[in-house]
Parts: sequence; C-alpha cells; structure tokens
Amino acid sequence: MNDGLWTIILFIALALVLTCAGIGVSLILSPHYYHSQDQLETFECGVDTEGSAWINFRIGYYMYALVFLLFDIETIFFYPLALAFQSVGLFPVLSATVFLVILCIGLWYEWKEGALEWK
Amino acid sequence: MDNLFINIGHWIVNLVMSLGGSETLGIWIMRICCAVGILIFLLINVIILVYLERKISGFIQERLGPNRCGPFGIFQLFMDILKLVSKNTFVPGAADYWIYCLVPIVVFIPTMMIFGIMPLGEGMTVYDSPVGLLYYFAVSALTTLILLMSGWAANNKYNLMGGMRAAAQMISYEIPLIFSIIGIVMMTGSLNLNDIVYNQVDHGWFIWRQPLAFIVFSIAATAEINRNPFDLPEGEQELTAGYQTEYSGMRFAFMYLGEYVALFAMCWLAAVLFLGGWDGPILPGWLWLFIKSYVFVLLNMWVRWTFPRIRVDHMMKFNWKVLIPLAIANMVVTGVVIKAVQFLA
Repeated sequence: MNDGLWTIILFIALALVLTCAGIGVSLILSPHYYHSQDQLETFECGVDTEGSAWINFRIGYYMYALVFLLFDIETIFFYPLALAFQSVGLFPVLSATVFLVILCIGLWYEWKEGALEWK
Repeated sequence: MDNLFINIGHWIVNLVMSLGGSETLGIWIMRICCAVGILIFLLINVIILVYLERKISGFIQERLGPNRCGPFGIFQLFMDILKLVSKNTFVPGAADYWIYCLVPIVVFIPTMMIFGIMPLGEGMTVYDSPVGLLYYFAVSALTTLILLMSGWAANNKYNLMGGMRAAAQMISYEIPLIFSIIGIVMMTGSLNLNDIVYNQVDHGWFIWRQPLAFIVFSIAATAEINRNPFDLPEGEQELTAGYQTEYSGMRFAFMYLGEYVALFAMCWLAAVLFLGGWDGPILPGWLWLFIKSYVFVLLNMWVRWTFPRIRVDHMMKFNWKVLIPLAIANMVVTGVVIKAVQFLA
C-alpha cells in the first residue's frame, strides 16, 4: 500500500520537476520586455477585447454534468460485481439485474424528458 | 533479450546491495531509475509522435510535410522547441494569475502517474497495482479538471468555450469507456493489468473475444483524448485553439506535451487490454507491446486526418443514445454468456 503511494508520488514529483525546469529555463532565456500594453490584452481575433469571459454560462453543460454524476457512480457500483462475477451465485446476479433495470429506466426517462438533447 | 530491462533492474539492486545498502534502498533506487527512464522514453516518444503526425498529415494531404531542417526534416521539432523556449513569457493582464501559471505545470502529471502502474512488458511494471484499471480511469479523469482550469483562468472567450466543451465531452465519453471495459473485467475477474494480459496469453486476445467492446472503447477513447473527429474543444476554425488559446511559449509546449502523452498512454492501454499486451512470437515482449501501441497511434493519426469534425449536438447524441446503450448491451451479453457456459459445463 505504502509502496504504491510512494511510487506514485515519485512519478508526480518527476513530472513536476520536468515542467518546472522547462518553464524556468524559458523564463531565463526569454526576453523580458513588453512592446506595449496591447501585448497583455486578451486575444479576440484581432479586434478590441469586449468585456470579461467570466460570465454566467449556459446550463446545458451543467445538466450533462449532473447526468454524468449519476451514471459514473452507477458504473463504479458495477465494478465489484464484475470482479467477482465468475464465482457468485444466482442471487447477486439477480440483484444486479434489478439494479441494471433501474439504471435503464433512468436512462429511458432522461431520454424521454429530453435531458440528453443538446439545446 | 526478453528480460533485458528486468536484468538491468536486478543489476541495479545487486549493485546497491554490494555497496552496502539494504535491499529496500536498492529497490527504491531501481524505481527512481525506472521513473527517470520512463520519463525520457515518453519525451522521445512525443518527439517521434509530433514528427510522425506532421509527416503523415503531409502524406495524406499530398504535400511534403517538414523537410528543411536536416534529412527529411527530422530536426524540425528541435528547432520548434528552441523557438518556444526563447519566446517571451507573459501572463495576459485579465487572466487569473495563479491558476493560469499552474495549468502548464500540472498538465503532465496525470499521464505521468498512469505510467507508474502500466505494464511495459512481462514483469516490467514499476508498481503492480491490484486495481490498475480503475486507477487508470480515476487518474486520467483528472485531465478534465485541468482543461477546465485552463479554460476558466485565461479569461478569454475561446478558452472558456473550449474548456467547457472539453469538460462536457470528456465526462460524457468516460461512461462508455468505463462500461465497455466491464466485459473484460468480468471475463478476467481482475482489475490488475498484468492479470488481464496473462488471461489473454492463455485464452486469446480480447479484440476477438470482445469485438463490440473494442469498437466502443476505441471511439470513446478517441473522444476522451480530444482527437479528431472529436476535437471540438480545440476546433481551429471556430475556437482558434480552444482551451489553449492564451498559452504561448513554453507553457504552450507543455500543454501540447500533455496532449500527446495522453494519446500515447491511451494507445498503450488499448494495446494492453485488447491486443494481448506483450504476447507475440520471436521478438521480445516489450518490443511487441511497443509495436502494438504504435499500431493504435498510427490508426489514430489516420483517422484524425481522414474524418471531418462532427457537430457538437451530434457528438452528444451519439454518446448518450448509441455508445452507452451499446456498452450496456455488451456487458449484459457477456454476463449471460459467462453464466450460460458455467451452467452448461
């Protein structure tokens, strides 16, 4: 357990070292002057920047995130059963079938109510 | 040849022990060498991938591709890196300073973490995790968060739209990706990637035993790594460069690096899961795994330069109304077949 944790931390540290070193080198090598204040402007296809991008965003993305949340948790519930599937008896398989049926009804309901449409 | 890297690992451990270190110290030094080796391997691979991408796109579009720097343009990428390193590094005035600077630093971490548990050949796993497959999906899902960060931090409309699209697309396609793998987990009874490969060595590759899962997996994986025809988050014609619009210089280089390493990791996983990992005659196992993952990489590039980009509503509809029901059906059929075989035997 601890072994795995430290191995992964080692990999994270290496990735950090690489990216920090790369950006550090570029900070040293690159020129440090600005031609004018316009360089710091936000890019907008060559025209003057209009307002901020930190605005209320459309709700469609949020709805998908909600549906995803439900489905992802359901997927995770299937993994323990899938692991033990070859050795389990009839009862767990039947309960999983009930769970799957509920999941499919949920998907059908989302479909019917138009939660899956991109509007 | 088959045990080349394993022997090098044993040699390092023995060297440390003969110098008076304990075995634990030797194993840790070996792990550090492995990690550095994997990092260098990934960087070399990214160089090869970018070169291949340019040459293949040139070939498919009937042009030459890079051909000025060195023979066949092989030094083009080094020139590009030199250019990117020496570019002016600045933060746009309107951006969120800390998040903007953080994104290029952390963007490479998830894919690097994946290679900590990935089998690189028979017995060549730095840490042989019992839940490797689940770990892969958990960690690769972190990329979504990083892309969303880059989309929000730069305070640019293209960044924001690209980041939002990336988040919506990646979380949606994660579901068929995970569901399509359940069939393999049911047949193997293990989440360990090495166990899955051993099962394939014994009983045949999963591309033959789970063909529907393979199709669903390859489509969902293409969307998950934001490659054509699913590269809506960075659709050049509409969003300039999507979530990486405001990034320049070395920061842009790392965004690009993260993207290509993610592609390579996904192809590597596909080779492990569906093409039998290191299984193959004559050549050493690690070379087979490498060749198989490059088959997927080349297939991906072929697809990228052949198909047009799809529309965003079509992409979502295709995911929720085609891929997810297909993946669930695949899971049900696999379960029924397994239980029927057990019942008859």
